[in-house]
Amino acid sequence: MVETILETQNLTMRFGGVVASSNVNFKLKARELRCLIGPNGAGKSTFFKCVTGLLTPTSGQVFMRGDEVTGWAPHQIAALGVGIKTQVPSVLDGLSAYENIWLSARRFLSVTEANRKTDEVITRLSLGAIAKAELGRLAHGERQRVELGIVMAGDPWLVLLDEPAAGMTAQDVDRMAEIIHDMLKTTAVVIVEHDMQFIRSIATTVTVFHQGAVLMEDHVDRVMADPTVRNVYLGKKA
Amino acid sequence: MQGPWQKELITTLLIGLAAVYLLPFAINTFTLSILLIYGLLGLSLGLIWGFGGILCFGQAAFFGLGAYTYAIAAVNIGESTLPMILSILVPALFAALLGAMMFYGRLADVYLGVITLVVTLILFKFINSTAGPEYVIGTARLGGFNGIPGFQTLNIPGRPDDYIWGDSFYYVCFGAVLGVYLLVTWLLRSSFGRIAIGIRENDQRMSLMGYDTRARKTVLFAIGAAIAGLAGGLYANWAEIVTPGLFSLGQSAEIIIWCIVGGLGTRLGPILGAAGLAYLKFLLGQQSVVDNTMITGLILVLFVLFLPKGIVPAVVNLWAASFGRRVKRGGRRAGRATRAATRNAARQEKAVSHG
Amino acid sequence: MDFTVVVIVEVLYAVASLVLISAGLAVVFGMMKVINLAHGEFMMLGGYATITAVNLGVNIFIAMLIVAPLIVGLIGLVVERLVIRHLYGRLVDTMLATWGLSLLFIGAATMIFGNTTTGISAPISGFAVGDYQINGYNFFIIIVSIVLILGMLFVLKATRLGLIARGTMQRSDMAAALGYSPDRIYMATFFAGSALSGLAGAVLAPLVGLVPTSGGAFIAKAFITVIAGGPSLIAGLLSSAGIFGVIGQVFSFSVSAVMGDVAMLIAAVILLRLLPQGVTARFFKGKL
Repeated sequence: MVETILETQNLTMRFGGVVASSNVNFKLKARELRCLIGPNGAGKSTFFKCVTGLLTPTSGQVFMRGDEVTGWAPHQIAALGVGIKTQVPSVLDGLSAYENIWLSARRFLSVTEANRKTDEVITRLSLGAIAKAELGRLAHGERQRVELGIVMAGDPWLVLLDEPAAGMTAQDVDRMAEIIHDMLKTTAVVIVEHDMQFIRSIATTVTVFHQGAVLMEDHVDRVMADPTVRNVYLGKKA
Repeated sequence: MQGPWQKELITTLLIGLAAVYLLPFAINTFTLSILLIYGLLGLSLGLIWGFGGILCFGQAAFFGLGAYTYAIAAVNIGESTLPMILSILVPALFAALLGAMMFYGRLADVYLGVITLVVTLILFKFINSTAGPEYVIGTARLGGFNGIPGFQTLNIPGRPDDYIWGDSFYYVCFGAVLGVYLLVTWLLRSSFGRIAIGIRENDQRMSLMGYDTRARKTVLFAIGAAIAGLAGGLYANWAEIVTPGLFSLGQSAEIIIWCIVGGLGTRLGPILGAAGLAYLKFLLGQQSVVDNTMITGLILVLFVLFLPKGIVPAVVNLWAASFGRRVKRGGRRAGRATRAATRNAARQEKAVSHG
Repeated sequence: MDFTVVVIVEVLYAVASLVLISAGLAVVFGMMKVINLAHGEFMMLGGYATITAVNLGVNIFIAMLIVAPLIVGLIGLVVERLVIRHLYGRLVDTMLATWGLSLLFIGAATMIFGNTTTGISAPISGFAVGDYQINGYNFFIIIVSIVLILGMLFVLKATRLGLIARGTMQRSDMAAALGYSPDRIYMATFFAGSALSGLAGAVLAPLVGLVPTSGGAFIAKAFITVIAGGPSLIAGLLSSAGIFGVIGQVFSFSVSAVMGDVAMLIAAVILLRLLPQGVTARFFKGKL
């Protein structure tokens, strides 16, 4: 039996009177790929933030590899070996791509090993040409790729990506799908995404959020064929 | 930061030795000593602000605390070694507590500014009101606005009657600046320093990498305070009196101005900014046509408006533009500075067209 | 009984003067997200403007309520055009630049008026409550503050200008998209804020001996009142002035005036630690 590495029980988040996330029960197995989809305001990002520690849930619990991590600070969750990429590209703009990735590697490794790891990640993501360039000058797609490098350099067993394909060119999106497949050899990946094209291209199990709750969970093809899901996305007509 | 460490160490030491010998030909050692002490104080803020992104409006608090700690301890103990050590430790400890309170409360920017400014004011007001005989620590009277005079000044460790003063004190100050400068250089090359710069660039990203940014900022803040405290301890020895004016907002403002004028994100900038402006003030103090404070204020306004990166980066920039091919590292850095400048210009343009 | 009355008046006075000295800073910060660290010096200039006008034979009330706000407002306008305008959106830079301005004004005032204490006597005399003497001028300050708050409420709630101002406060980019030039709004705001600072300095001038460095005494109090107040302009101003005024007076009466100030500052540190975004970020949400 494969180990469950991420689990939430009755996870609920309220903002004043608004319930952004209600009673979400979610399970993820080791080296599984899962996409979270749903219309705007469905509670995907709130759920993501509760899991990564950016928000503390109003009630309910989060477990990682069996330990309860509810209410932990983001750095504590990251220190467990969880790689996180937020919705807005978050990189160290004043530093080079190399330095960005090195800082992430250094968290878990000695200086020499971090140097080696950084070189390895740069090769793996073919960032060699831009490794020395200051990140603030690079294109959006390149910065997204560097952020993936930051995530990978920590050798995570769980990767949480919030809209990794947002604002990217078709070519960049293909590349991103490749990288994610590559990552799955060692880690589980959770992706919050709008781009159905992208989700189809990585063909996976999908969890559909609607009004803060989980609507259904199935393979992407069956989900897209489902009339309820179509309703949610296209309005009440169908 | 990647160049070979030994080479930089030797260069710094050689330049330092040349400077320590040559400077007294231009300025007397008594004035030089205070310029060096201010340089140290400038470096203390330059470290936490330029490399850690922590803008402290109350760096003078740690300076004053260091000076008072030295004075009080020297009155009580009568030998200068332990008081000097305490003048470093007490401000560092105080900063660690204050920093932990602020950073664990996720305070940033203006709020950080308010708290550090307010804490400085509290100290200032409190010390100012301790004129009465009931305010005593050991045998030291705090003395309110009159301050504490007449304490044991620096002596050779273990020999309380062999005072270090005049030229010897100048050498001690120079040694302190050189030592701290090398220490800061080493720190910035270490993983701790590189991580601190990462936190300056993007606090959230660093915590998502798994770094406890709150603890790291607290430690850096305390290191800055320790350096300011050392400067305060030396100042007490130079002035032979400590007064509440050390805690004043004017003093804090000056430290900030030194850093801006000299150049943030450099190690040399704040030192040169401090020494240069303090010397300028000394020269201006000898005339009475234009008020000193007014010129200080004008300098700050003009630099924020026209040269927000400070003099040292601008000079490096110019140097690289003229000798760009030969100085590889300088070229890279200057490239960064130019881009930062264009970014600023673009931002300004945006602000203007916004309006 | 008499003592109670005196304490109540003193507390009211403390709250009122905090409102008065913070109003200008609050308007500028609330509307433009600019912290004007030269605020204290604007007050100092208001004081000097009043004294100069009175010495030239102007009626003291006209000098305080009209001449001083106008002059300081105009100085503010010049400062906005020359300096602040270039730094919008750069909070830290504006703080630094205005700190420089504050030193500049202190220096200029020293050169013009000299480094000596000047003052005028309060135009309203004191009276006795039982065994205690109350400063009659304190009532004037309380009344000015009340009128000021009511005036600000009226402008913000009932006028077109106030509506534009509130819109800009919420989303300056949207206000710009609707065709209201932020440049002109900011200019007007800074004028108004400076005028308020000038008014406060003028009204308080008879109570303090004026020196060029007088501003320093006000800036910290105004600063903590505005920051601790949080995003709502008037509710924030009133609530934090209320808290700090009461705490300051309680400690002034029970210990000493200095400890009153220190207690107020410590309260500010604690308050900000507990409510980092200010009082009105948690309470009175959405009020003006």
